[in-house]
Amino acid sequence: MNPEAITSEILSTHNLTEEEFARIKELLGREPGLTELGIFSVMWSEHCSYKSSRIHLKRLPTTGERVIVPPGENAGVVDVGDGWCAAFKVESHNHPSFIEPFQGAATGVGGILRDVFTMGARPLASMNSLRFGSLDQQQHGRRNRSLLAGVVAGLAHYGNAFGVPTIGGEVAFDDAYALNPLVNAFALGLVRRDQIFFGKATGVGNPVLYVGAKTGRDGIHGATMASAEFDEEAMEKRPTVQVGDPFLEKLLLEACLEAMRSGAVAGIQDMGAAGLTSSSCEMAARAGTGIELDLSLVPQRETGMTAYEMLLSESQERMLIVAHKGREREVIDIFRKWDLDAVVIGHVREGSNMVVVHNGETVADIPVAALTDEAPRYEREMKAGSAGGSSALSVRARTIERASTLAGEPPALPADAALDYNDFLLRLISSPNIASKEWVYCQYDHMVRTNTVVLPGADAAVVRIKETRRALAMCLDGNGRYCAANPREGAKLIVAEAARNVVCVGARPLAITNCLNFASPERPEVMWSFSEVIDGMAEACLAFNTPVVSGNVSFYNETEGRGILPTPVIGMVGLLEDVRRVIQHGFKRAGDHIALLGTTADDLSISEYAATIEGRTTDEMIQGGRVPVVDLERERAVQEATLRAAESGLLHSAHDCSDGGIAVALAECCFSSLNRSAIGAEVDLGGTIEIPARLFSESPSRIILSFDEAALGQIEEIAARANCPLTMLGRTGGNQLSIKVDDEEVINISVTELEAAWRTSLATKLRADVLVAGAE
Amino acid sequence: MKFGVIVFPGSNCDHDAYHVISKHVGQPVDFIWHRDTDLSSYDAVIIPGGFSYGDYLRAGALARFSPVMNSVKDFAARGRLVLGICNGFQILCEAGLLPGALIRNRDLHFICEHINIRVETTETAFTNRLRAGSVLSLPIAHAEGNYVCDDKTLEELQREDRIIFRYCDAGGETTGEANPNGSRDSIAGICNSARNVLGLMPHPERACEDLLGSADGSGVFSSLADTLAAQVSVY
Repeated sequence: MNPEAITSEILSTHNLTEEEFARIKELLGREPGLTELGIFSVMWSEHCSYKSSRIHLKRLPTTGERVIVPPGENAGVVDVGDGWCAAFKVESHNHPSFIEPFQGAATGVGGILRDVFTMGARPLASMNSLRFGSLDQQQHGRRNRSLLAGVVAGLAHYGNAFGVPTIGGEVAFDDAYALNPLVNAFALGLVRRDQIFFGKATGVGNPVLYVGAKTGRDGIHGATMASAEFDEEAMEKRPTVQVGDPFLEKLLLEACLEAMRSGAVAGIQDMGAAGLTSSSCEMAARAGTGIELDLSLVPQRETGMTAYEMLLSESQERMLIVAHKGREREVIDIFRKWDLDAVVIGHVREGSNMVVVHNGETVADIPVAALTDEAPRYEREMKAGSAGGSSALSVRARTIERASTLAGEPPALPADAALDYNDFLLRLISSPNIASKEWVYCQYDHMVRTNTVVLPGADAAVVRIKETRRALAMCLDGNGRYCAANPREGAKLIVAEAARNVVCVGARPLAITNCLNFASPERPEVMWSFSEVIDGMAEACLAFNTPVVSGNVSFYNETEGRGILPTPVIGMVGLLEDVRRVIQHGFKRAGDHIALLGTTADDLSISEYAATIEGRTTDEMIQGGRVPVVDLERERAVQEATLRAAESGLLHSAHDCSDGGIAVALAECCFSSLNRSAIGAEVDLGGTIEIPARLFSESPSRIILSFDEAALGQIEEIAARANCPLTMLGRTGGNQLSIKVDDEEVINISVTELEAAWRTSLATKLRADVLVAGAE
Repeated sequence: MKFGVIVFPGSNCDHDAYHVISKHVGQPVDFIWHRDTDLSSYDAVIIPGGFSYGDYLRAGALARFSPVMNSVKDFAARGRLVLGICNGFQILCEAGLLPGALIRNRDLHFICEHINIRVETTETAFTNRLRAGSVLSLPIAHAEGNYVCDDKTLEELQREDRIIFRYCDAGGETTGEANPNGSRDSIAGICNSARNVLGLMPHPERACEDLLGSADGSGVFSSLADTLAAQVSVY
């Protein structure tokens, strides 16, 4: 080990504090070498160690009768019946995607796919949750548009070539994400229950194999980068973003699955963040063994790499395999068939140390536990945000913000009689948060492998399990505004909406994965919102019996002193026992009943209506607004009634009422889709609240149903038994969407006109830039 | 009757083609690794979609050099049936088994959606169970599906009735708007002059079940199977 004086400058470039350095010395009983310091810096980074979040994450429910593998492995696994299990996880790639949108997003897909096939699961589907600053913002609009175009192209490039259908997710816009977009990638794979693999280095003496792409100098300190806020120099970090190779990953998938089937593999782990270092010591930690690596044997893409560089490289498309002793040849032959490197670089050893040798010299000898279990855990200071969530904006940033946004109250709207609700609906339906995301998902191959039953654009996507009659529904949901205004209630609302989305295609919610995107944990109000989100999420997950099986925490989402809104994203997975019972949101037939399960309250203060029609800024909504109250009992009743009706085959359609309220939801039900023409509707919204709220309120726990006359009696009975309010709204038919309020028609608009506005809005906003981006 | 599905490194619609042949056509089918060269036991070969060798250079440009492609040329020369779908069509063009080339889509994006194509002729082994002029709803999923060729080739394709499918609207009209990628003369699929090699950009193998949104692709496979069945009975 090279005894080199560790100065405070060296510590700071490694993002380690003096206290942490003292602890390293204590754990080692000596001074670390520089290579060892590098190992500690990545393993103790927020990204790898979860040092700020760990004590809170413990409060999430993680067990249930269907949970096969809880959090802690590369992906969570749940039983989906008939001997099959689903392995899934969502992970952030926010920082790299901001620096280099195309490759940042692409490698995010690569990483999450490896997490899934590491478990022995063949990827069945992927999704993504994206958040950007608004597209027509004066200051950053052009950049936001080019970030969106770049991220989508990168996600498409990787997923399409790899051959996994990207079946949807969400795309949202808010200026809080202008300099810190969120790119969260989700993947789900299928594995036989008795063929799940684990990232464990079991069996002393077993060989450790390096497989996949060669190691280069790319991505060094990526994990550390993801654990610090950005500043003006962020763009200089572009070389830390790796370049993805989906072709190589596809070969790696086939080779890994083939090697696993051969029986020669004892354990396997993806080399993701902190590459060789984290994969080897995490595998040893899980098995309670030691591990020894000889770096001279590592396949290298560049010459003259140091031990430090090889250990910290984040080159993509690599895996570490522990093979059964004597069977390494079989593994090597399989990888050779796929033209991939597979080299024995070490072995599982006695004891509990990670020993790294390079050119005959020991460059690291560290107790595995010091890097994993003994990593620091912080109980960081917490302080409730003063007026809700604008705590996420620093004082400096808020001052800058203020200058560029409308101060004070938005202009008062004219009195009710003069309001043009047709115009409001048109404007809402074309706002980027609500408008069709076709422009995005048409760039993803969402049908490859011929399992996609419900295409992108629905409440949840549905993918069948070919070997069975079953299908899985999945969706991603987040809402930064709600969580900024009230993190605990916001988290409950998100879980409730995710479960509702899955229910709307006829599936029973099974389990969730989460991606927790927050600003710096070193700020007490951020840490407080994190803790509140965890508690809200835990409460809702218990209510829906949907344990958390995997996830990821992304802190330090701030640029130039400005933080994002607290944005937990939920990936919900549900099960359809019979794929033929799938339902969608489009009205099917003229003359059907339209009914609403649940009730509408005045929940306009934080809504698309407030943003688009009243022109309120996010800050104004967060500070002055009130988050809807979600009654989890009521939510369950609404979902249960929908599922009962769907499972009895009574429903023609079901649709969640969310952004833009009931008027937008009804319009979406009217629009055409594959093999279905557009169809109008005539409804009357009763109640006592103000007209705008009746039309556009975003109250939770509401589902719009349509069904045949003959089903009415049974549906009433189902709703009554579930103790769920059911209101008849009207009938489908015609070419207009007509909405009355107490017998007075307030909206009457041609469905064709509405649909055209909804379908073309995003593409129109992006078209000009895209041609430029494409030419680059 | 036996089918083979060729697997290049990077093929990713190989399983879909295999599934359709075994499940919906109900015939024996093998995967053929790209290094294999013996096709003697097969009656028809499918070159599936995907990104062979990553398609980082030009779609299909590397796959044409795989050992199996020489065997595919012999196979085709002996009159056996070859169906290239999406990347398979690109590879057939690169290999010279079909004329023309497929370049980047008109708007430079990857496009995945259901489109309509019109059956232009039933005088092939792949369309003889279909009705001329009928409209099929099939998915496309490609970034390089914009068919180009020189005037002479186009004139030849038209004269010899070798344009098998054209992009069209739901009513069967070939309009600019209904042409998703800018292909010359709205061409979605063509065959060679011996009429035993077909390449098309849309994915019939993704449209063989109503559950997936369309079963219109099944006619291509039933035509193929019926043709082979007739050949077998002649032998």
